[in-house]
Amino acid sequence: MTAEDGIRSLVARRAAGEISAAEIAAHYLERIERHDGDLNTLISVCAERARAQAEAVDAGTAADGPLAGLPLIHKDIFCTEGVNTSCGSRMLDNFIAPYDATAVARLAAAGAVTLGKANMDEFAMGSSNETSYYGPVRNPWNRDYVPGGSSGGSAAAVAAGLAPAATGTDTGGSIRQPAALCGVTGIKPTYGRVSRYGMIAFASSLDQGGCFARSAEDCAHVLGAMAGFDARDSTCVERDVPDYAAALDGDIRGLRIGLPKQYFADGLEAGSRAAIDRAIAELEGLGAELVEIDLPHTDLAVSTYYVIAPAEASSNLARYDGVRYGHRCADPVDLDDLYSRSRAEGFGREVQRRIMIGAYVLSAGYYDAYYVKAQQTRRLIADDFTRAFADVDLIAGPVTQAPAFRLGEKLDDPVSMYLNDVYTLPASLAGLPGMSVPAGFVEGLPVGLQLLAPWFEEGRLLNAAHAFQQATDWHTRRPPGYESQETP
Amino acid sequence: MNWEAVIGLEVHIQLATQSKIFSTAPTAYGAAPNAQASAVDIALPGVLPVINAGVIRMATRFGLAIDATIAPRSVFARKHYFYPDLPKGYQISQYELPIVAGGHLDITVAGRDKRVGITRAHLEEDAGKSLHEAYDRETGIDLNRAGTPLVECVSEPDMTSAAEAAAYARKLHSLVTYLGICDGNMAEGSFRIDANVSVRPAGSAEFGTRTETKNVNSFRFLEKAIHFEIERQIDVLESGGTVVQETRLYDPEADETRSMRSKEEAHDYRYFPDPDLLPVAIDADFIEAERADLPELPDAKRARFVADYGLGDDDAASLTQSRVLADYFEATVAAAGGDAASQGKPAANWIMGDLSGALNREGRGVDASPVSPSQLGGLIARVADGTISGKIGKEVFEALFAGEGESADAIIEARGLRQITDTGAIEGYVDQVIADNPDQVQQYLDGKTKIVGYLVGQVMKASQGKANPKDVNRMLVAKLDAL
Repeated sequence: MTAEDGIRSLVARRAAGEISAAEIAAHYLERIERHDGDLNTLISVCAERARAQAEAVDAGTAADGPLAGLPLIHKDIFCTEGVNTSCGSRMLDNFIAPYDATAVARLAAAGAVTLGKANMDEFAMGSSNETSYYGPVRNPWNRDYVPGGSSGGSAAAVAAGLAPAATGTDTGGSIRQPAALCGVTGIKPTYGRVSRYGMIAFASSLDQGGCFARSAEDCAHVLGAMAGFDARDSTCVERDVPDYAAALDGDIRGLRIGLPKQYFADGLEAGSRAAIDRAIAELEGLGAELVEIDLPHTDLAVSTYYVIAPAEASSNLARYDGVRYGHRCADPVDLDDLYSRSRAEGFGREVQRRIMIGAYVLSAGYYDAYYVKAQQTRRLIADDFTRAFADVDLIAGPVTQAPAFRLGEKLDDPVSMYLNDVYTLPASLAGLPGMSVPAGFVEGLPVGLQLLAPWFEEGRLLNAAHAFQQATDWHTRRPPGYESQETP
Repeated sequence: MNWEAVIGLEVHIQLATQSKIFSTAPTAYGAAPNAQASAVDIALPGVLPVINAGVIRMATRFGLAIDATIAPRSVFARKHYFYPDLPKGYQISQYELPIVAGGHLDITVAGRDKRVGITRAHLEEDAGKSLHEAYDRETGIDLNRAGTPLVECVSEPDMTSAAEAAAYARKLHSLVTYLGICDGNMAEGSFRIDANVSVRPAGSAEFGTRTETKNVNSFRFLEKAIHFEIERQIDVLESGGTVVQETRLYDPEADETRSMRSKEEAHDYRYFPDPDLLPVAIDADFIEAERADLPELPDAKRARFVADYGLGDDDAASLTQSRVLADYFEATVAAAGGDAASQGKPAANWIMGDLSGALNREGRGVDASPVSPSQLGGLIARVADGTISGKIGKEVFEALFAGEGESADAIIEARGLRQITDTGAIEGYVDQVIADNPDQVQQYLDGKTKIVGYLVGQVMKASQGKANPKDVNRMLVAKLDAL
């Protein structure tokens, strides 16, 4: 087995009996054992469960789906029955989920094997994976650097070859940004494409599940199994899921790709800019037509997002009160003490900050000025895209202003941390599907190309990324020390 | 000074759905604590609400029944506060855009008709229950009720007396049970009334400071609680004090309201539209289909009872107060046969007299009556056709109520209660009574003709009630006059 084994080939080789699911699982569990001490990508390793699932696949007693025997890591935001689901928080350090999230159940039904639960920013609030109660994840390309966040564990695990693919969630860039910083392929589908049931809520109107893998083609396989209507999520859209993988033909001739001028303005670091320019030129070389576009309300995205997301978070996190599950302070003297100490002890600083911001913007007298206004600017931002997509098929640009930063570098500067999401937030606010595709390096650190598509055009997105990856090898590069290993 | 009370009611109407408003857990009352609380109800991490379509239909029917506007688009919002029996830390309710707005109910108090406005009615979920008494120094939480669907119906402050408030509440209760959207069980909390009460100098345009009285679980208590609260507020104002805006609890044992919490500490509920739920869109076709499917409502039924059964307005009002009772009445009339206009009155008399007396004695509702409408109708038919007298009818009714016979006919037959129509047999009793009561006969002959009643009674007694009193009277008078 080589790391270059794509998901299709891995699943096919297992189906043909060349390798067993148990061997595949053992291989990745061994890599986790060997490397995760350095990287801290996982909060829980489900070795027993993974072996049992793999053996069931081999014995033919498990679902024989399109991903039969494929090992996966789930971001620890997805409830996984019988497994600690912490959401990166002390608050849920003791929480064993009694049910599977729909995305987890769908992947299991497709035959996937769960290796473990990925580290993440606490309650998905963060862009560096440093807010996790379980400590920061390290970037496999340079362990002094952050992997991005909030799905930092998932991205770093895939980058280091600890799993062929991992699930993640993206609220304001939490899949695309760590994918870019770790040099893996990540897709955040359209809001409503993947069920949010069992995916612990951060900001309900923005949260969307997606995945990381080593290529667009691999993402297509995983997303195809995750996506689809779920009656338990009222915001999940009832719409057929195309066979994303089968539709990949790598032909983007005539595709009109919009380049938002706001995404190439001041603030974009020069090395990253050069990498993105080369990637865009590559797309043009593959037959795409480049068009400069205007997304005039881009500069409203950060402030809009940092009103709406904390508002929803302050509400969604109200259930963590120390009463029914989760962290409860010792010896509360009365109800108020139970609430305030359980929450003060259970939540970290960033989560508390966002709860405070959210409660403030929803409070009487401020609601219209902040929350209602933010909903209005959110609409303006979405309308920018609607206008743009009347003329172009896809949008391309950078994911971040610069490659990964050092651990601790922005920890005491939340505003600088928030500004890190400037290119990913607009698509989140508009509910659009987006990807990050490896597009080069700056001083040994990966750079990601962002691709955005109209609602429910994940197929178009994946095909453009696939075309790019047929012509480039950035996605095949491995961090030193985590290169591919010999076939068992 | 003359004072005037201003009263508005907020009523929580528990919808009679099988499952909860946002989860599939059952709503049945009385299960073991937390046995009916699903993952959604206890607000586990990751769970999401999904609206129960039944509640939209029920709220629409309610809105139509109070002649209100059904919002083409209504929105669920989150109302935040921390309490252990509120699992999510917020209640899903409707705030700025409720499903029903601007209706009314017509009431009649002391012969005077009045229209009470209904500001709005919105959908929301119930909270769980905190069990403070069951444990020493601890509080138990039962989340079975969490997520039970409610319509909160808010009236205009249009009522000015406890009697009007009670009439409005009764009317509302009758309406929702007619619609079949609420079981109306007040003891189980299916219909909960909060009363907003203030007083002001008569004729004043300004409102006084109001209090909200909760925990009123019967119409009688509602009337008493409001009466107490009006008197209390007048006393406060007349002794130079000021009414504090607060929530008060009614204590039926002491017949008084007591301060529960002051609104000064009121929460900022931080309402905002629930992003987990889509706006509820209702189109005209849906509304018209529900309108066409509405049952006959109390006011219409009452008018029809007056017209079709020849009932007085009061009888019609009493019989139509509950749909079960009205249905019982109509089934009884149908079973009695003959023409509705002539059987209506006796059926009403039996139902509101003997039947309700017997049911009250046993603490049963008409839905649990041991006498079925067909049994009662059969009895009424036998009285009407002269097979038995009204007096014997009461005996037959008691036998039916005690379950001692299948039908009035069976009881009449088994006990030989058929009226004696054989003139010869009656004549025998009459002759005997005339012979046995010479003093009374002499009084009659002396002009005290009223004594004939006594003699009729003696004949009836001799016949064991089976003679027809009219025939007896006629025969007696003829024989006495011939003496």
